[in-house]
Amino acid sequence: MTAPVNADVTRAARRTGTGTGGLVNTTVAWLGLRSLFGRRRGILLFALPLVLLALAVLVRVLIEGSAAAPDILYQLGLVVVVPLVALIATTGVLSSEIDDGSVVYLLAKPLSRLTIVISKLLVAFGCVLVFAAVPLLVAGLILRWDLPRLGIGFAVGGLAGGLTYCTLFAFASVLTRHAVVVGLVYVLIWEGLLGGLLDGIRWLSVTWWSAAITDEITEGPPLVEKMGVTYAIAATVVVIIGATWLASHKLRGYSYTADE
Amino acid sequence: MSTIQLDHVSRWYGNVVAVNDVSMTIGPGVTGLLGPNGAGKSTLIALMAGFLAPSVGTVTLDGTPLWRNEQIYRDIGLVPEPEALFDYLTGRQFVLANARLHGVRDPGAAGERALAVVEMTDAAGRTIATYSKGMRQRVKMASALVHDPSVLLLDEPFNGMDPRQRLHLMDLLRRMGSDGRTVLFSSHILEEVEQVARQIEVVVAGRHAASGDFGAIRRLMTDRPNRYVVRSADDRSLARALMGEGSVRAVSLRAEGGVEVEATDFGRFSAALPRVARDLGVRLFEVSPTDESLESVFSYLVAS
Repeated sequence: MTAPVNADVTRAARRTGTGTGGLVNTTVAWLGLRSLFGRRRGILLFALPLVLLALAVLVRVLIEGSAAAPDILYQLGLVVVVPLVALIATTGVLSSEIDDGSVVYLLAKPLSRLTIVISKLLVAFGCVLVFAAVPLLVAGLILRWDLPRLGIGFAVGGLAGGLTYCTLFAFASVLTRHAVVVGLVYVLIWEGLLGGLLDGIRWLSVTWWSAAITDEITEGPPLVEKMGVTYAIAATVVVIIGATWLASHKLRGYSYTADE
Repeated sequence: MSTIQLDHVSRWYGNVVAVNDVSMTIGPGVTGLLGPNGAGKSTLIALMAGFLAPSVGTVTLDGTPLWRNEQIYRDIGLVPEPEALFDYLTGRQFVLANARLHGVRDPGAAGERALAVVEMTDAAGRTIATYSKGMRQRVKMASALVHDPSVLLLDEPFNGMDPRQRLHLMDLLRRMGSDGRTVLFSSHILEEVEQVARQIEVVVAGRHAASGDFGAIRRLMTDRPNRYVVRSADDRSLARALMGEGSVRAVSLRAEGGVEVEATDFGRFSAALPRVARDLGVRLFEVSPTDESLESVFSYLVAS
């Protein structure tokens, strides 16, 4: 009726089995990808860059001259599309599984928690590249075909900012069940409102860092003044590494009970 | 051969004590974790699965602490209670992914073997979203078996299963146990537990109330005084006659009608009652236990 479970072969296979080491696990990444696009939320990932591209086309067609180009790429691209794509992608691969408890199937495996976080982050990074950085490049080219520097600068800045946001939202996802709300509040209040009002916040603002990196490449009128690109890059790297480590550390102590 | 050891383990959430100073040893064979809902069974399983840190005490697998140690999952297969699964995958994809995550050498073969064990090969091509509760339970089971673990922890595995699936799972657990695996499952139904488990651990309100083989637990539960309300055509005659039975300790007439009987021996009383009624020619309308609810059985166990 049923096959024997305790075949010696499988026991041997388990002892000698490999593939659980390393920092990236393709199965975790594949599951994350399926989880992201298996839910309705995934559609938003396509909508955001489409709005950016549509606006770029509209401006190009309707408005003579191109003074508005950096404004659009900054206000809609770096400030809105980049953090939102990062938020949707990261919470989609991490937060939703933690919410419904299915993450337990990933955690009940001999995988390092850092591997799980990094594998999932790679999916989110890919989304930032495809749905934020590339659209920024294309929108930049649509607006200023004559100045490819502009699109490239925003694409690179957007990528740097997007990756940073991803790691921050990954940490938020393992920290709280309300990662989406926390992420939105952070983007709107800290990055948006306070970042515009209080000058000092720029030093702690992902969007300002990505703007500084963009400035370095576009060589146009600066989006952000008085911030060296070295500082921006260093801050970006520190946050990416730090938040990734914190997320994996927190995931290691993940408590799970059905009663709660 | 693997042994899970809980040594004076307590776990609390704020002011709520979920598990209270529990020490138990779960060895090879099938062990049933029996207790009413909310007794702390899931908390205990989470502690044994490394998904919860004990507030006090230690939980070890063959001497190794379980908390914050992902290597233990080479030896542990966990079947969690919640339904949440990867609904958009097929059963086969899900089980295969689990095999890959465990890093078994031939994940495809391991996955198929696990699916065959739970008899899900035919339905493996369908997405999990289309599965019934019993099928989900079985696919979860397959995912926990792919790496051939020496320890299997199942949280309320019989929930939502139809009788045929239930028998099949019981058979499967028995076989796992006789293979020398350490199998622990939780349930709030005594009949379910005693059909499968050699060893039963009873938990009530976070405390370890009783421990032993099913015979010992069964005796503890049935030898206690049982109370029944009997409604009949002639309560007074029936009461008088019942008092003459050795298995009856007390009889009283209830104001609202009916006889309340306290029996010391459930088996003898259940044979005596119909005989007495027949001899008297008194017709019985209703016999109902007044305290048969599982909670009262358990609270009796805790008190004893």
